[in-house]
Amino acid sequence: MKPAPFKYFRPESLDEALALLAKHGDEAKVLAGGQSLIPAMNFRLAQPAILIDINRLSALSFIEEKRGQMHIGALTRHSMVERHPLVAQKAPLLAETMPNIAHVQIRNRGTFGGSIAHADPAAELPAAMTVRGARICLRSTRGERWVDAPQFFVGLLTTAMEPDELLTEVAFDELPKKTGWCFVEVARRHGDYALLGVAATVRLGMMGKVKDARICFVSAGETPALATNAQDALNGQAPSAELAKAAAQIAAAQDIDPPSDIHASARFRRHLATKLTERALNTAFARARGETR
Amino acid sequence: MSRAGRAFGQRARRNEDYDLLTGRAQFIDDITLPDTLHVAFVRSDLAHARINSIDTTEARKMPGVVAVYTAADLGDYWAPGPLLVPPPPVKRLEFFERTQVPLAKDKVVYAGEPYAAVVATSRYLAEDAAALVYLDADPLDAVIDLEAALAAGSPRVHEDLASNVAAKVTQFKGDYGSIEQSADLRITQRFVYDRGTAAAIENRGILAHFDPKAQKLLVWDTTQAPIPIRGGLARMLGLAVSQVHVIAPNIGGGFGPKIMMFYPEEVVVPWISKQLGRPVKWIEDRHENFYATTQERGQIHDAELAISKDGRIVGVKDVFLHDNGAHNPYGLTVPINSQCTLIGPYDIPHYHSEFTAVFTNRVTVTPYRGAGRQHGVFVMERLLDIAAKKLKIDPVEIRRRNYIPPEDFPKAQEVIYQDFAELVYDSGNYLPALEKALVHIDYERFRKEQQPQALAEGRHLGIGVVSYIEGTGIGPYEGARVCIEPGGKISIATGIGTQGQGHYTAFAQVVAEILGADIKDIHVVTGDTREFHWGSGTFASRGAVVAGNACHAAALKVREKAATLAATLLESSPDQLEFCDGVVRVAGSADKKISLGDLAAQANPLRGAVKPGTEPGLEATAYFGPDRGATASGVHAIVLEVDVETMMVAIKRYVVVHDCGRVINPLIVEGQIQGGVAQGIGNAFYEQLHVDENGQLLNASLMDFLLPTACDVPTVISDHVETPSPLTPLGVKGAGEAGTIPVGALYAQALEDALRPIAPDLTICEIPLSPNRLFELVYGDEKTSPGRENA
Repeated sequence: MKPAPFKYFRPESLDEALALLAKHGDEAKVLAGGQSLIPAMNFRLAQPAILIDINRLSALSFIEEKRGQMHIGALTRHSMVERHPLVAQKAPLLAETMPNIAHVQIRNRGTFGGSIAHADPAAELPAAMTVRGARICLRSTRGERWVDAPQFFVGLLTTAMEPDELLTEVAFDELPKKTGWCFVEVARRHGDYALLGVAATVRLGMMGKVKDARICFVSAGETPALATNAQDALNGQAPSAELAKAAAQIAAAQDIDPPSDIHASARFRRHLATKLTERALNTAFARARGETR
Repeated sequence: MSRAGRAFGQRARRNEDYDLLTGRAQFIDDITLPDTLHVAFVRSDLAHARINSIDTTEARKMPGVVAVYTAADLGDYWAPGPLLVPPPPVKRLEFFERTQVPLAKDKVVYAGEPYAAVVATSRYLAEDAAALVYLDADPLDAVIDLEAALAAGSPRVHEDLASNVAAKVTQFKGDYGSIEQSADLRITQRFVYDRGTAAAIENRGILAHFDPKAQKLLVWDTTQAPIPIRGGLARMLGLAVSQVHVIAPNIGGGFGPKIMMFYPEEVVVPWISKQLGRPVKWIEDRHENFYATTQERGQIHDAELAISKDGRIVGVKDVFLHDNGAHNPYGLTVPINSQCTLIGPYDIPHYHSEFTAVFTNRVTVTPYRGAGRQHGVFVMERLLDIAAKKLKIDPVEIRRRNYIPPEDFPKAQEVIYQDFAELVYDSGNYLPALEKALVHIDYERFRKEQQPQALAEGRHLGIGVVSYIEGTGIGPYEGARVCIEPGGKISIATGIGTQGQGHYTAFAQVVAEILGADIKDIHVVTGDTREFHWGSGTFASRGAVVAGNACHAAALKVREKAATLAATLLESSPDQLEFCDGVVRVAGSADKKISLGDLAAQANPLRGAVKPGTEPGLEATAYFGPDRGATASGVHAIVLEVDVETMMVAIKRYVVVHDCGRVINPLIVEGQIQGGVAQGIGNAFYEQLHVDENGQLLNASLMDFLLPTACDVPTVISDHVETPSPLTPLGVKGAGEAGTIPVGALYAQALEDALRPIAPDLTICEIPLSPNRLFELVYGDEKTSPGRENA
C-alpha cells in the first residue's frame, strides 16, 4: 500500500496553483485534504504523475455571508463548517449534514471543496448542496466561472471541471424564512458512507401550502439529482403525514436509480429511500411551521 | 489456596498497560536495523490458474532493487509446509494433506497467493518493481461454492487428488439411528456460517537478520509460537537450533491466524536474509492481510434434533461441510471443534456428527478465535430455539431442562477432541450462570413489561439468552522459569508469545501469591527463545491454564529452595516460615526475617562453597502438561432494538456470565470477555468477506469489511461463576474465546424475538447478518415477494 512515484508541487499562491494546473492539468491531481485521493493512491487505483498540494492556499479557507448568500472556501475543513455559528444560523441543513460526514479525524482534515470536487454520489455534501441550489466557482488562468450544482455533477466521480480549473468556493442562499429542512441517512456504522441518505428542504407559502420542496439523495444513483417527480407532487399541497408518505413513494419509485452492492441491494435502497424521505419530509414540515428546530 | 489470595484473584491493574497505552511498547515495525532491505511479495490476482512463466526481467532493472526471487530460485529449499496437527485417532477417517508452499510454482490456488518476492532498499521501491513482475498463467475455473466443489466434474484445487474432499470424519455417541423414528418431534434445518477475517490491529511482520560473521539468525516474528518457529527455521535452513533466535515482541492481537506456520513469508524472508547477509523486513499491509493471512468460519450444516414433548433432547444428528480453503496445515482442528462443541452444556444421549472438509480456491482456513466452536453452538442453540417455539416452551426454560446436572461431572462425551483425548467435561455447574444472567438482563420484567410497552409505542425490542461451553487449556505442555534476583525483583520466563492477554500480570499474580511478593516487582518475559526454549505457543485459550500452572509449579520449587536457605539463616525450620511483603520471616517473630533479595544474594555467595546436592541461586524451572483440556462455560444475554423500517439494530444491554474456574484476575477476564464480545458482534452483524464466483474478494479494505467500532459495541455487564477445574493445581480454565463463541446464536434469537410482530414465521439460520439481509429475510427477495415491503 505504497503509492506509485509522483512529482509534488506545493504552490504558495492561487496564481501559482493555477499556473501549475495550466501546465500540468492533464496529468495532475489537486491534493487538498487527501481523504479520498491518498487512499486511492496507496491502493495504486490512482497514479497521478503530479500532485499539486493546495494546503498552503489559506485564502481558500473561509466561511462568509454576503448579501444573503453563504460563501464557503474550497479549503475550509469540514470540522470548521460543522462548528461555525454562521452555518448553524443561516444554513441549518448544512449544519445537520456535517456530522454525518465520516469521522472526526477525517472531518478535521477533509475539505469542503474536495468533497464537492470528488463528486462521490455516496458523499453527503453533493446532495446537500444540490438541494440548496449551490453555485460552484471554478478558476483557471483563463478566468473564473460559476456552475450550478446540477450542471456541475456530471456523472460518477465526474464533474464539469476542466483539467486546468481549480474549485475555489461554493455559494448558496441562506435558508429562506418558513423553510424546513432535514438531512437523514442510514449507514452501517457511524461515519460509513451511507447506504442511503436524504437531504430535503420544504418552503411553505401563503396558506401554509408547500411552495418549494427540494429533495436529493445520497447513494441513490450516479449523481445527486433532484427528485423532481416527488417535488412536483409536494408543491401546492398542504403538508401532512399522508403527503409525506405519498411523495416518499414517488421519490423512491420514480426519482432514483440506486445501485446494488455488497452492503445493500437496489431494492433495499429504494425501501430506505421511501422510509427516510417520509421521515425527512415530516421533520421538514414541522420545522417549516416553526414547531421544532 | 484461598479463593482470592493476596495476589491471586485480585483485580490488579495490568503491568503491561503503561507501555501499551502510552505508545512505548515495542512492536515489530518499531525495530530498525542498519542496512535493512524490504520485501514486497507479488501476489496472484487469479484464484486458480496454471502458471506458464514468470518474467522478472523488468523488475530487476528498477532502482533500488537488490533481488527478485521466484520458486525456481529457492531450489531445494522449496517445499510444502508442515502438517501442524495430524488427524486425530478417529476410526475410518479420511484425510488428504495438502499444505501451503513458499512461492507458487506450477499453479496458484487462491487469489493473493505469492509467486515472487521483490527485495529492495525500501518498501516503496519494492512495490514499484513488484508491479513489473509479469505472470503468464492460464486461468482455471475457481472452486468456491462448497456443494458445487463436491459435484462430479468440478474443477479440482489439487489436481493430483481425486476430488476436492480434504477429509471425511464421522463421530458419534449412543445410537442416533435407534431413536430417530420414535422421538416426539424431529426438527431438521440447514444452517450456514460464512467467512470473516480476524483483522488484528497489527498485521503480520517479519524481520530476519542473518549475520554471516556470527553465523547466527535473529528473527522477530509476529507469531503466537516463537519456539516452533525457531525449530522449524533451523531445520529448513540447515542450521543448529542454537544458531537461531526468535523473538515475538509485543503483538497487536493474535486471534489464531498468527499461530499458523509456516506462512510463505516466514519461510522466504529468513532465507533471503541468509542469501544476502543483510537484515530483511516484511510488514504485511492491511490490503495484503485480506489475502495473506488465514481466515475462518465457512460451514454449511444440515442438522436434526430429536426431542420429547416436554422439551428434553433425545438426540442430535448433524452433517456438515467445512470450507478448508486451499490448504489444510492445521489438519482437522476447526471442524473437530465444531463437532465437539455442538454438544454444549446439554445432556445429549445420542449424537451423530459427520463432516466433509472441502478444498476451495480461497485463502487457507486455520483456527480463528472460537475456532469452529461458533458453528457448533449456533446449530445447537438454534435447534433448541426452533424446538421451544414448536413446543411452546420458553427458550430459557428449554435450556434449563437440558443442562447436564452438576452431579454428572466429569462427563464423558465419547467423541475425540482437538487434543486427541476423549472429550470429557472436567467440571461444570450451568444453572447458576443462567439464573445470574436472567437477573442481570431482567428477563421476567422484560417479557412482562418492557417488551409489550415498547411495542405499544411502535418500538421492536428483542431478548436473547444462549449457553455455550468452551474447551480450553489443552496440552501438550508449557514451562516456566522463576528466579528471585538479588535486587529483590523476581523474573518469570515462559515460552508462549503474548498478544495482549495480560500475561505479564496474570503470571505475576500466580507467582506473587506463592512467594509473597508484590506483582509490580515481578518481570515477565514471553516469546523470546533465548529466555525460554521449550513450549508450543499461545492458542486454544491455554495460556493461563498451561503456562499459568507451570509458573505455579516453578514458584513452588523456588519457595522450597528459599525456605530451606532461610531456615538455616534464621535458625528455624522451613515449615515455620511465612512469605509475605517481599520477606521471609519466622511466624510469630517480628525481627527474625530476611528479604527475598538478600536471600537470593546469600544463595549465590562470592565466597564459601555451594553445598553438594544444592544449586546456586533461587531459581527453578518447571513444566505443566494437562491430561486433557478444561471445559469452561457461560451464558450470554442481550436486549436489542430493531428499527423495522431501516433494519438497523441497536444493542440496549449485554450480559455475560462466565465460568472459567478460579479467576486469576477478574479485570483481565472481563477484558477478554469485552473484547471477545466485540469480535462476536462483528462476526454476527458486520464482518463478511464477499467473494464472487471467480474467487475475487470484493471488500479487501476496512472501508468495506466492517469491523464494529466503539459506537457499535456496548459495555458488557460481566459476572462470574467459579467452578474450579479438578485437572490442574490452580483450578483455572481458559477464557480467551468465550466472548466470541455464542454471539451469532444470541443475535439470531434476539432478532427473531424483536421481529416477531412483523415476521412471526422468521427463522434465522445464517451468520453473518446485516440490515440488508434482515430486509430480505423479512420481506423476501426479488423473486419471492416483490414490493411487499412498501405496503
